[in-house]
Amino acid sequence: MLHCGLCVKECLEYLRMEEEIKTIKVTIDNITIDVAPGTTILNAARQIGGDVTPPAMCYYSKLDGSGGKCRTCLVEVAAGSAADPRPMPKLVASCRTGVMDGMVVKNITSEKVTDARNGVVEFLLLNHPLDCPICDQAGECHLQDLGYEHGKEGTRYQFARRTFKKEDIGPYIQLHMTRCILCYRCTYVADQITQKRVHGVIDRGDHAAISTYISKAIDNDFSGNMIDVCPVGALTDKTFRFKNRVWFTKPVDAHRNCTTPGCCGKATLWLRGEEVFRVTARKDQWGEVQSFDGKPGWICNTCRFETKKTESWTVEGITTISRHSVIGLNKYKTLEMPKETVKAVMKGTDPKLLMDIHSVSGVNKPDTHLSELDRAAKSDDFKNN
Amino acid sequence: MGRKLLLEKAHIEGIRHYDVYRKEGGYSSVEKALKMKPEEIVEEVKKSGLRGRGGAGFPTGMKWSFLAKPEGLPRYVVCNADESEPGTFKDRYLMEFIPHLLIEGMIVSSYALGSNNSYIYIRGEYDWITDILEEAIKEAHQNGWLGKNIHGSGFDCNIYVQRGAGAYICGEETALLESLEGKRGNPRIKPPFPAVKGLWGCPTVVNNVETLAAVVPIINNGGEAYAQIGVGKSTGTKLISACGNINKPGVYEIDMTISVEEFIYSEEYCGGIPNGKKLKACIPGGSSVPILPANLLLTTAKGEKRLMNYESLSDGGFATGSMMGSGGFIVLDEDQCIVRHTYTLARFYRHESCGQCSPCREGTGWMEKILLNIEKGKGKMSDIDLLWDIQRKIEGNTICPLGDAAAWPVAAAIRHFRDEFEWHVNNPEKCLTENYGLKHYADPIHVPA
Repeated sequence: MLHCGLCVKECLEYLRMEEEIKTIKVTIDNITIDVAPGTTILNAARQIGGDVTPPAMCYYSKLDGSGGKCRTCLVEVAAGSAADPRPMPKLVASCRTGVMDGMVVKNITSEKVTDARNGVVEFLLLNHPLDCPICDQAGECHLQDLGYEHGKEGTRYQFARRTFKKEDIGPYIQLHMTRCILCYRCTYVADQITQKRVHGVIDRGDHAAISTYISKAIDNDFSGNMIDVCPVGALTDKTFRFKNRVWFTKPVDAHRNCTTPGCCGKATLWLRGEEVFRVTARKDQWGEVQSFDGKPGWICNTCRFETKKTESWTVEGITTISRHSVIGLNKYKTLEMPKETVKAVMKGTDPKLLMDIHSVSGVNKPDTHLSELDRAAKSDDFKNN
Repeated sequence: MGRKLLLEKAHIEGIRHYDVYRKEGGYSSVEKALKMKPEEIVEEVKKSGLRGRGGAGFPTGMKWSFLAKPEGLPRYVVCNADESEPGTFKDRYLMEFIPHLLIEGMIVSSYALGSNNSYIYIRGEYDWITDILEEAIKEAHQNGWLGKNIHGSGFDCNIYVQRGAGAYICGEETALLESLEGKRGNPRIKPPFPAVKGLWGCPTVVNNVETLAAVVPIINNGGEAYAQIGVGKSTGTKLISACGNINKPGVYEIDMTISVEEFIYSEEYCGGIPNGKKLKACIPGGSSVPILPANLLLTTAKGEKRLMNYESLSDGGFATGSMMGSGGFIVLDEDQCIVRHTYTLARFYRHESCGQCSPCREGTGWMEKILLNIEKGKGKMSDIDLLWDIQRKIEGNTICPLGDAAAWPVAAAIRHFRDEFEWHVNNPEKCLTENYGLKHYADPIHVPA
């Protein structure tokens, strides 16, 4: 049964698509736009922008071959093309389907799409631990955004969630497979921008996992970009883990003269005060790495993990683009640091509660695993300070 | 007595070896084909109305005519022998007993499509058949049917056998190509289709074992003669692997004009249900296709007799019909529990899902767990609706047909046997020791004592 025959219509359309050269018209949710031939439905929708853009968890425009896997970008094609206006029988993955002249696409105007997308979000969250309160990705997590927009409050899943042990893959990256949604982006990064891929997907089905080949560490100059492309908190920066919440940090664009071949040297520094908490590649409004001179702006591990002093960077200014609500809501541009100290405001008395909780509560110690805590901190613990 | 084309000579002593096979008229289709133009062969296959025997039933001639022919790129013919569908074992039988028929069919197809290197991707578990095929290929080489300049025609052809590593998903044509290239067997996203970009980015045709073998009688007797056999768009003969609660399980070659009733009850084929039991349900085309209760299996919703062919089995759509599929005919008698049966299938699909796209990866596991609960008497009434909702959200939303294949059996079981699921929920203790039995799916056929 698995031997699927060719779909005559789609095949012919594909052949026809390759012959076209001029710009073509496509209508997405009643908005018509002219795009270059070969554009995918998703990219056409991104050119329109706003709500008509389908979400994408696995597609990454800078990585060849990515997409088609997560199924969140499914759309309905109500008319295949002007020449052949028949609708497509199934919902299609908009990230991997090219537009045809006169194609009519329904995204948020289609009930079928909304229904299927809600289903996909439910499937994605089925085995996800939902440990956002202790996850470093929280606040800039695409799955969080997706769940917020399309998910339900409760879950219909009543079984134990799949879990994996945390894995250290190399000096800079930690793999938390339990959170992974198997988008395959990190494997494409390793294939396409590093010399040698030493990790991949092992096993299959719901027990499939990202892993390194036996006791290999991921160790090359561009491995850190895997963290940037990971849509969830499965791959996290070990130099940043548990250091801060992203919404407390302030992103600024900066560049430095990097000598590593292939590194663009343009990055976003995430500051708190004057301290650089982490360095990431610059992201565009879709959460993807920005392109510079037509090339994706990947950064090397030296820039990302080793250069955490503001002196090493030339700061350009505050990062303006952020699709993530929690960062966007912190109106950094208008934020001013208070001139007075707390002591001055309180007329000379030391604040009682503003003590270093980190030193007394294991909850806030990055090296303490939460499962090892026997209880939460109580007021008595603070008395000695 | 139905007409046999493929298995007619399969039981002649020594037919596995070249000398006997050749004496019985083997390789005559290659002789004939090499005198024809490749396009004429494709035309002949089109005329025959042959439909893909792997499950989807796509017209083979049309598939062949889609093959792109760009300059400077090789083309490939790949034989899909990764027969892993539960209940299907027809290709195994064919390759085991008459391997030269497949080799012969592949040479003709390779000539027709211009493939100089053709591959047989065989299921990893069929290791002894790999040896049989390797032996047959060696004999074909020794006798000049393979290699350079086959019998002075100027056509070169080699056939290689590649074993899979035990994954059902590698029977999906693009996953098969990935696996053949030495990669992880994940299905590719289509388009591009293999006919445009297949093996190593070159135009490729992937056909089932039985389809390629059927090319031999088509060339020998002509496409029109082949089209005379059968009925409507179901031309030629089809191998059916029958198993389950029947007296004579095995592989049968039928000419698609016989009725399902005759197939199950006649002595020539399955020989009826053993121990005087009654027929409860049947999966007519391999585990992926919808299950049908006895009353709908034997007669269509219109009240006509259901025949063993593509159109008749799918008459009524999924509401009251099923599919011909790959021909894995599984018969269930009155003692079988539909819930347990559905759970077994769900477990299979959960295990075999490649994990690439989320609905199939997560949904198959979820369905398995719910079905196990219902089977163990721990289910809730809402679980049945939940199962329906999950299968609905998997079907059609996945990259490859495995998602559909996992959803259809569950959907059909709930559609036709909902009362049995409800009985399991309402009788949590009883369902562990007893079966729901036949109820209204009563076998309408009189069973002789």
